[in-house]
Amino acid sequence: MSSLELARWQFGITTLYHFIFVPLTIGLAICVAFFQTRWYRTGEEHWLRSTRFWGKLMLISFALGVATGIVQEFQFGMAWSNYSRFVGDIFGAPLAMEGLAAFFVESTFLGLWIFGWGRLSKRVHLACAWLVAGSTALSAYFILAANSWMQHPVGYRLAEGKAELTNIASVLFNSTALYAFAHTILAALLTAGMVLIAVSAWHLRRGNETQVFSGAMRLGLPLVTIAAVLTVFVGHFNGILMSHQQPMKMAAADAVFETKKGAGLSLFATGNFKSNPGGLNRNVEIPQLLSWISTGYPNGQIQGINNLNREYQRKYGPGNYTPIVAIAYWTWRAMLGCAGLMLLFAAYGWWLLRKGRLERSKRFLTFAVPAVALPFVASATGWMFTEMGRQPWAVFGLLKTNVANSPSVSAAEIWITLVGFTLLYGVLAVIAGRVFLRTVKKGPVEAGKADEPGQELALSY
Amino acid sequence: MDAYTSLQVIWFVLISILWLGYFLLEGFDFGVGMLIRAVGHNKEERRAVLHSIGPIWDGNEVWLLVAGGATFAAFPQWYATLFSGFYLALFLILVGLIVRNVCFEFWGKGDSEGWRNRWEWTLIAGSFLPALLWGVGWANIVHGVPIDAQHEYTGTLFDLLNPYALLGGLATLTIFLTHGAVFLELKTSGEMRKRARTIAAVVAPVAAVVGIGFLIWTVGSHRAGVDAGSAILAAVSALALIAAAILADRSPGRAFAATSAAIATFFLALFVDLFPHTMVSSTSSAYDMTLNVSSSSHYALVVMTVVAVLLVPLVLLYQGWTYWVFRRRVSAEDFGDVRTPLDLIDKARREHPGDQPPEPKPAGPGS
Repeated sequence: MSSLELARWQFGITTLYHFIFVPLTIGLAICVAFFQTRWYRTGEEHWLRSTRFWGKLMLISFALGVATGIVQEFQFGMAWSNYSRFVGDIFGAPLAMEGLAAFFVESTFLGLWIFGWGRLSKRVHLACAWLVAGSTALSAYFILAANSWMQHPVGYRLAEGKAELTNIASVLFNSTALYAFAHTILAALLTAGMVLIAVSAWHLRRGNETQVFSGAMRLGLPLVTIAAVLTVFVGHFNGILMSHQQPMKMAAADAVFETKKGAGLSLFATGNFKSNPGGLNRNVEIPQLLSWISTGYPNGQIQGINNLNREYQRKYGPGNYTPIVAIAYWTWRAMLGCAGLMLLFAAYGWWLLRKGRLERSKRFLTFAVPAVALPFVASATGWMFTEMGRQPWAVFGLLKTNVANSPSVSAAEIWITLVGFTLLYGVLAVIAGRVFLRTVKKGPVEAGKADEPGQELALSY
Repeated sequence: MDAYTSLQVIWFVLISILWLGYFLLEGFDFGVGMLIRAVGHNKEERRAVLHSIGPIWDGNEVWLLVAGGATFAAFPQWYATLFSGFYLALFLILVGLIVRNVCFEFWGKGDSEGWRNRWEWTLIAGSFLPALLWGVGWANIVHGVPIDAQHEYTGTLFDLLNPYALLGGLATLTIFLTHGAVFLELKTSGEMRKRARTIAAVVAPVAAVVGIGFLIWTVGSHRAGVDAGSAILAAVSALALIAAAILADRSPGRAFAATSAAIATFFLALFVDLFPHTMVSSTSSAYDMTLNVSSSSHYALVVMTVVAVLLVPLVLLYQGWTYWVFRRRVSAEDFGDVRTPLDLIDKARREHPGDQPPEPKPAGPGS
């Protein structure tokens, strides 16, 4: 493999791995702050025990997220130096702001939250929990603003072969960033909700700590329902925006090869696995649905891959401007499929809740545990679609991926780090997974002892 | 074309300060990490050692992230050349930082001694690697590395491991070790404190010798004769290192001030030596990268300056507050029958009533 391909694999692996922990941490931090608020307001001990229990799980995710986040900050320069030279003027600013405005707050108040029990007043301590939750969400905003600039560059001009910032407000309030942020935060809440339900279900099935876990279940179910509906809702408009900003990505997502009116929504299609197979071998579709979803009219026009490719060749010069269609098509469907399953799951939960059987339905409680994989698969495939669907561009219309990597870094060097990171991350995944499960199985501290010295509370260390 | 504009100088200074802050703060974290088994001899003591930096190490590490982000934003060419050039060295640093980070979280999550031992050794290695390699890296930046006309690094990892840079690595390693030992003297009590003191008394003179040797080499080998500013700072750093060696087993408070001053002036000497360049090419001085060549546009720098002016004072304020909240010493007794920070406070409250923040009012609806 060339150093370019290796660098792409490395970026993909490290970033997808990092993003396992990002939505989980953001979502759980908000839930923990919510539990702590309930405790602060009512003084009921089971809320304190909930805060501590979910707090522990949040911290495991947090630790992994922070540890793998350092790599994210560095690897643009390490493996993508040409990219860094080209975009530094613009891309660096939100990254630096992320550190100054979000990471400092997050790390400092997380320390205060972990070690501040009893040392800070309850009110200040609660404020720490919300500051942590708020700053983790804020950090997502800045990095999404940076990523959105790659999807839809704004507020810049080209000078001396580099992009130069001309308007920071355009970059920070890029329409793409606003949609991406809403979509991501909702997905994070959805992730946390599914984890709340799965963990609670595991314990409820065994009849453990019904008060704590019923409370979590009753937060988790509405959270999953609302977040899932809104994630799909925002995602829909995100898709429409994308069909204007990056029509090729949307065309690839639906495997529409020739521009047409009244395009059907493809449910299952096969084609040759190469970047642009030119057409499909088999296709099962619902007539006119795609046009209706994307444009609002059953006969709306959908741009096709081949037409767009010819247009880009005229605009940007000879070359292939299509992503790998099969990947865009299937990652898009995997994401939506997971969303659909979660909506069904939530509906089932509501039906049981209405009958008063939510906490006792063996079938639901058994389903809930493996269902926890759904939000993670959705996030991973969503990002694969977003990033691989933009190819061949690193920055849409401005910089191609194949000239963005570091010329001074050899394939051998990337082999070393690629294998190194993958092994290290793999080992950490196994250990963190075990610790996470152990903490889950242990459950919250005994009732009546949450506030007592000598109890094993150890939020950390 | 001038070598720099005033905004570029401001950003060079600001990035220098971010690195300085990082080394000052994370310096003792590295030291404490490396000393966990030497200062703590049993589970309770090691827990106490972890607690001495528990609430703050993460905030300290953010200084590095911000230094990296600020370099990307203000001097993208520097960021690109440096990070791609020092690729494998940075990889090793990242591995160290990653495993070190998770140690804090995982150490207490298992019940066996084997589990804890593994994480302690991981913590030692994960603190050792960056403490050594940051010195190697900065020595190379100042001394110059092979860089071509396109500002691309043309050497390998082994070009970075030259005698001068290795001496620089040894200097940061021993200085951070001293810094951490003195910090533990300040933050622990009883036997642990004695051990930390003994270690500091042994390591501090070594740090002084190695550090001064490196500084003399740096000043003596500057590109265009001796740089007066850098030489003065190096001299101050040398004095501070000597002071730390003398004070290490007498007055930990002053010794900590001395190691802090030594680290600050040590890196200031390097930054002044580097100015007005960001990277020095050992291939040809024509390929040296100046601030101007490395910098972002004027507008981008203005934007970042506004952000920094608004946020940096705030950061200093609340980070300072954390140190104030967690100013108490930790001791092994705190971690015998009691296991958590909460118990520790409870104990302190019983021993020194009135020494603690006022009891929060019972929370009720609407409060």
